[in-house]
Amino acid sequence: MAGIARNVLILAAALSGAAFSAPAAAQNEQFVPILSYRTGPYAVNGAPYANGVVDYYNLINERDGGINGVKILFEECETAYATDKGVECYERLKSKGPTGAAFINPLSTGITFALTEKTATDKIPIITMGYGRADSKNGAVFAYNFPLLGTYWSAADIAIQHIAKELGGFDKLKGRKISLLYHDSPYGKEPIPMLQVLAQKYGFEFTPIPVTHPGVEQKSQWLAIRQQRPDYVLVWGWGVMNSTAIKEAAAVAYPRDKLVGVWWSGAEPDVTPAGDQAAGYKSLMLQHGAGKFPVHADLEKYIYAKGKGSTEPGKIGEVLYNRGLANAMLGVEAIRKAQEKFGKKPLTGEQVRWGLENLILTDARIKELGFEGMLKPVSISCSDHEGARYGRVQQWDGKGWKIISDWYTADESLIEPLVADVSAKYAAEKKIKPRDCAKET
Amino acid sequence: MIAFGQFLEVLIGGLMSGVLYSLVALGFVLIFKASGVFNYAQGAMVLLAGLALVRALDLLVANGFPLWVAVVLAIGFAAVIMAATAWLIERFVIGPLVNQDALTLFMSTIGVTFVIEGVAEMIFGSDVYPLRLFPTDAWFLFEGLFPGGILVNKLDVWGALIAGILVGGLAIFFQRTKTGRALRAVADDHLAAHSVGIPISWIWFVVWLVAGLVALVAATVWGTKLGVQFSITFLALKALPVLIIGGLTSIPGAIVGGLIVGAGEKIAEVYLGPSIGGGIEYWFAYVLALAVLLVRPQGLFGERIIERI
Amino acid sequence: MLYREAGQFKTTYAEDMAIFPIRQDRIALAILVGIAFIGVPLLATFHVWPFGSDYLLWAILLPFLILALAAIGTNILVGYCGQISLGSGAFMAIGAYSAYKLATGVHIPLASLGFAIAIPPLPVLASILLGGLMSAGVGILFGIPSLRIKGLYLAVATLAAQFFFDWAFLRLPWFTNYAPSGSVNAPELDFFGVVVRTPVERYLLCLLFVTVLAVLAKNLVRGNLGRQWMAIRDMDIAAELIGIRPLYAKLTAFAVSSFIIGVAGALWGFVYLGSWEPLAFSIERSLDLLFMVIIGGLGSIMGSFIGAAFILIVPILLNVLPTELGLPLSTQTITHLQFIIFGSLICYLLIKEPHGFARLISIGKEKLRLWPFPY
Repeated sequence: MAGIARNVLILAAALSGAAFSAPAAAQNEQFVPILSYRTGPYAVNGAPYANGVVDYYNLINERDGGINGVKILFEECETAYATDKGVECYERLKSKGPTGAAFINPLSTGITFALTEKTATDKIPIITMGYGRADSKNGAVFAYNFPLLGTYWSAADIAIQHIAKELGGFDKLKGRKISLLYHDSPYGKEPIPMLQVLAQKYGFEFTPIPVTHPGVEQKSQWLAIRQQRPDYVLVWGWGVMNSTAIKEAAAVAYPRDKLVGVWWSGAEPDVTPAGDQAAGYKSLMLQHGAGKFPVHADLEKYIYAKGKGSTEPGKIGEVLYNRGLANAMLGVEAIRKAQEKFGKKPLTGEQVRWGLENLILTDARIKELGFEGMLKPVSISCSDHEGARYGRVQQWDGKGWKIISDWYTADESLIEPLVADVSAKYAAEKKIKPRDCAKET
Repeated sequence: MIAFGQFLEVLIGGLMSGVLYSLVALGFVLIFKASGVFNYAQGAMVLLAGLALVRALDLLVANGFPLWVAVVLAIGFAAVIMAATAWLIERFVIGPLVNQDALTLFMSTIGVTFVIEGVAEMIFGSDVYPLRLFPTDAWFLFEGLFPGGILVNKLDVWGALIAGILVGGLAIFFQRTKTGRALRAVADDHLAAHSVGIPISWIWFVVWLVAGLVALVAATVWGTKLGVQFSITFLALKALPVLIIGGLTSIPGAIVGGLIVGAGEKIAEVYLGPSIGGGIEYWFAYVLALAVLLVRPQGLFGERIIERI
Repeated sequence: MLYREAGQFKTTYAEDMAIFPIRQDRIALAILVGIAFIGVPLLATFHVWPFGSDYLLWAILLPFLILALAAIGTNILVGYCGQISLGSGAFMAIGAYSAYKLATGVHIPLASLGFAIAIPPLPVLASILLGGLMSAGVGILFGIPSLRIKGLYLAVATLAAQFFFDWAFLRLPWFTNYAPSGSVNAPELDFFGVVVRTPVERYLLCLLFVTVLAVLAKNLVRGNLGRQWMAIRDMDIAAELIGIRPLYAKLTAFAVSSFIIGVAGALWGFVYLGSWEPLAFSIERSLDLLFMVIIGGLGSIMGSFIGAAFILIVPILLNVLPTELGLPLSTQTITHLQFIIFGSLICYLLIKEPHGFARLISIGKEKLRLWPFPY
């Protein structure tokens, strides 16, 4: 037994020595933490995303020698999609590197909620591209949250727009039944208030149907759907819940082309387990879809040709991989923007926040970056931390995703009052004095 | 008439999915019966068996083996993996922990769960791997009688058939074979069994092996249903109320418990759920189990617990 | 040599029955408390190693203290009274959500009766303590089946509490004040005008709670009640025969245990997370707590602390170590290895010392007494 005690002591000594000694890093490096999940029930979706992020940072370092010469230093921390582990990872990584974390990117709505207050205190921006708190679009209250390219409320609106178009106009929505099959967590619950607003406006009957984490058992939900016969079912799932939903839909013979997934329910791992049964399934796109673009050529040349890629070469170009790329790119561009003001050196989170808030990506710049065809222009400001709210719809034909719609733009006039209302409540609860966006530069 | 048709549909669907839980619960019962261990790792064992099966299958098919040969070989491979697991668990965990109290044994199987999950994902990968051994589409019965018919999923029927065969097979194994009788002797009193010359560690190995094979069977059905992936381990928690209701020591109890849980929770969810917020099947089975325990503390078919000073 | 009782004479019964009858124990404890109350905050305020960043305070010490408190609560039920519970996570959740409701004001409209129950927002301290009481009440309710159901069957029955409350806090919007996301935000931590904000302040707050409750628990388990619990644990029928009422003993154990766990839950939500969802108190939390008391030692308050430290810190350590040592392993492999090593370590500990670290310590003390002579 003395042996155990000694081993524990050695381990503890190793910890105190290792974990808290300052990393011997070069001083001209910008530290970026990566919160990822490559294990656990959501690994199937978390891994390709993390691969995209890692590969893009490597590309910047290999191809450009960093951002204006400042190399990106990154470290991954495994959260397994669990909130408490996410908080631990954040605390572990937030002050690494010469200037601390540039920004953080949790890829979990639950972790975003837990970190919203902490990041504001620590002055580290939290980028939640296509997820996170929908009310955090209001930068006056949420100075450090950036739900870039689309919140869940934008997603809900775009989904309804598409359904209206398929039905032949908004007036056709009246009296229709639309159900929301959602992951019972902050992630799945976020769109509900927006959908209620939309249901009231267009007069359709809206039924939310919760699915308990992780979503392997959905039989009763689908039996209920079979009985209610809704015209459309919105799928707001993540991980195994998506493929299970498609399979159960097939089992109760619910037409797959009446299923519309959110942009987190529209990747390859969501449809492939269902095989042929998934054919016809539709989902929103967070602007980009699957496929290869000019940036992928660079990735193949500078990363995969050298054997430094983090996945199989055949998997670059998958939906979630591309989302990882886009996310990393926006972060890098924010740092670049901040460097214009604060100098070409490692920056603090507060400085990067300025860069994010003043980030404008034009079509020309997006083309330069190799993202042409993946993204539309982005323009972030103090009052609009979302930057863009476009979406398209894609359909799985059994082998690949096909884009089947034009661009939609979420309806500002519906979302804005809800954002103002909910964010004001948050400000009151947390005693935050909203910034005056007119005075921000 | 429509309402009755729908009720029938929910009832049948519930009974069937309950049987699928029973497939997992059976493994628990076997081990508890023979060694008094409440094996939390059963869910992880289903994952391991499924991953071994599907990865071997994919590899063999990719190398040009005909499908049926590949299936047989892959099942053989997975069975070998489960045998190795059984041996390792008996040799390094359950053997050394003999005579410890039930709680310690239970916690040690959680430790085993971590190890199995880690090893399985490390060797076989943590992606989702589709498995298609059974048809997954549905029959629509009595379409003339009810509009839309009554939906019955073919996979569920296969699952029920397999569960029936499994229970029959296990019953014969326990009643008719020498090893089976030895198993029952060990379950009754392992010291007495030991003293009449039954090799205890061999018997425990056999029990864990059989539980591993039951996990493999469960993996073929659940893998077809969900695709083989990490979430399969959550089945352990769905199987717990099933075996509590049936009784920890009864094999038919696992099936009956599954039927009760399946039918109960689906009917509750569909008919009671919408009025109180939905998602009640998450806890319904457990509350049902609690209610059954209050009446019969050893479950419906469990052996009576007799206490002496 | 150092650890020897020779010469310490006890002249009164009170001295003989003190919590720490041996002087060296008292000195060691005083040093420990001194470090915890004075040393750590001082080092942290001046950012001296290892408190250069907030990491150690925020991500290790704070959760350690709160989980240790919850482990003490679990230990009272499982370790002292022998009632296996897999519902500790739910009782943490009840503490947290009750405290949240009380701190933000309770409004129960009873439309059918024509009036409404309304409680104005309470101060944070009162909310946390009342949250604990609420948890104790529910604990008593879910303890009633323990009079009939025993052992592992009871464990699964407590899972009913776990899953029911997981669901209730997720699905009944009243508990979350109708927050659209179902995630709630803790109120400002205002204790009689002192607002707790920085990590050091949060640490001291939790330390205070833990110290007070640990001392209370320690005294409770040494007294009449604790002895009743232990009698029930060791053999309930025999205990009943010598005149211990199982109803009273078991339900008090459930109440005290749930109270402590509930307070820990409220602290977890208010002080550590700040914003949470029911998943923060899932079945995994319950299993972790059970591990803490078993690895630490059933029926030992000290063991609860050691168990909490072990279960919390070892996985983090296994996760951090390879990166810090510069081993070229992928995040995935590190996590898988972490699982494998942690699982094996648990099995190894259970096999080598089924009575946990507390037993190891008492063996160590015995050896120290003799050291350096073998007899």
